[in-house]
Amino acid sequence: MRAISIIYRRELGTYLRSPFGWVIAAILLLIAGFLCQGLAMSGEQLSAIVLERYFNYTSSIPLFGGVLLSFRLLSEERQNHSMVLLNTSPVRDSEIVLGKFLAALTFLSIILLLSVYMPIMIKVNGKITTAQVLVGYFGLFLLGASTLAIGLFGSALTKQQLIAAVVSAAMVAILSFIHILAARVDPPLKEAIEQIDLWWIHYQYGFMKGVLNLKDVVYYVATTYFFLLLSTKTLEAKRWQ
Amino acid sequence: MIRATNLSKFYGGKRALGPVTFEINDGETVGFLGLNGAGKTTALRILACDLRPSAGTIEVGGVDAVTEPHEVRKLIGFLPENPPLYTDMIVTDYLRFAGELRGMTKAAVNRRMPDVLEITDLGEVANDPIGNLSHGFRQRVGVAQAIVHEPKFLILDEPTRGLDPVQIVEMRNLIHDLKQNHTVLISSHILTEISQTCDRLLVLGRGKILGVGSEQDLAASESEIRQVTVTVRVPISDDPKGQIRGVLAAVDGVKSVAEPYEQGGGLLFALSTTKDCRADVSRAVVQAKLDLLKLDYARSELESTFIRLVGGADASN
Repeated sequence: MRAISIIYRRELGTYLRSPFGWVIAAILLLIAGFLCQGLAMSGEQLSAIVLERYFNYTSSIPLFGGVLLSFRLLSEERQNHSMVLLNTSPVRDSEIVLGKFLAALTFLSIILLLSVYMPIMIKVNGKITTAQVLVGYFGLFLLGASTLAIGLFGSALTKQQLIAAVVSAAMVAILSFIHILAARVDPPLKEAIEQIDLWWIHYQYGFMKGVLNLKDVVYYVATTYFFLLLSTKTLEAKRWQ
Repeated sequence: MIRATNLSKFYGGKRALGPVTFEINDGETVGFLGLNGAGKTTALRILACDLRPSAGTIEVGGVDAVTEPHEVRKLIGFLPENPPLYTDMIVTDYLRFAGELRGMTKAAVNRRMPDVLEITDLGEVANDPIGNLSHGFRQRVGVAQAIVHEPKFLILDEPTRGLDPVQIVEMRNLIHDLKQNHTVLISSHILTEISQTCDRLLVLGRGKILGVGSEQDLAASESEIRQVTVTVRVPISDDPKGQIRGVLAAVDGVKSVAEPYEQGGGLLFALSTTKDCRADVSRAVVQAKLDLLKLDYARSELESTFIRLVGGADASN
């Protein structure tokens, strides 16, 4: 736990100190803001529909932000040779992965929190419950955790940051749109593919509508755990190469 | 004590090291000497638990480095070829981070900090971002992170790499200071650097140990052999190295011809000879219509020994 905390503090400090994290935060909030203002809030709509659309467009923050905040986490360490410090310290690979993941998740959560003013505006001017907002944000948080874990895995695969970013983005894109493939195949394969969809099935049909399904929570937690485990195992394998 | 037994490392199917067996006693300063690609860095990375050996065993301070790398890492401070620095951090924050990673408490790191800054002479840049520092200061920060937790064993891989002459002298003095409190392992291909700093040398070539001992021991063991270096302009030919090597190897008295390297617009060959055959060599080169640029004995005893050892390894491969 101590090593996780040390790595977490350093990594979070990097996000907060460097312009990199804040530029990403600004761009994501700007895009989400424009989309919500221009599309979600256009015309006369029920406030629940407006909120649903809001959460639809705001999901771009964890989807894109997850990849942008994580692709450099391990690849940059290798490229800059600083990974040697971690490798030759009495620190487990799982502690390196968790420390970095939690720092990125904290920063992503800060970005999500900075977007809270929009649902507050909807609540002030319409009729939505706080629970709907909380469920939506819980979904964004879980979606972000999953994309960060996927990005971290992409980052563990290579020391080339560009390749790490492309691989991570490709994995997130495939998992987000795999429901299109599910629609073209027959059961039971259809159900199986649907259940691994990252965005459409588990977010759009649940959290986005303010519905909290246990299976969606389990899916995101399992996906996050799976990719963090893959990252750890990849790191272990590369450490001894 | 560090004890390596039949240590080997393969990258894919290619042998990078071994099998090598050696011991390093507490308090010693040992130099790993060898050309680029000799296996020095691989050996040091294994000792620092950054790499797992493909075969063999290694004990550091009585602890098995393969089965208990965590325990060994607490005993070791490692400065790799490229110092592991975070350029966005200021020097003291970075050293705190490195110390805490090695298991020190915040209070212990803070107590140790003034000593580390003094030993490495980093006081004037203690609050500067590492990214703003010169190469020499960065190298010192690299040494500082290696000693911050007061390790028993200190491993320095090419510590003077890329430094200017003044910085090299400063680094040499720093290593002399570190010798008082640590068992130090240094790798270098700069012979004078090693000879001035180390108690004992371990000469590596093509992944194998070619010689172990003090500079005098190594020179004595090879005293019957002489050393001639010859530099020849590269001829226009399909295989210039092979052509020149053939001419030199045919000279009476030449025992072996080391792998050449480029120097002064030509190829420098180190010859192990049983007699002073400079006259024969010059005649052979001229008769082969090659341009002779330089012909000499090796400059120093250690250099001579080193080239001879490495040359012997090349000849046997």
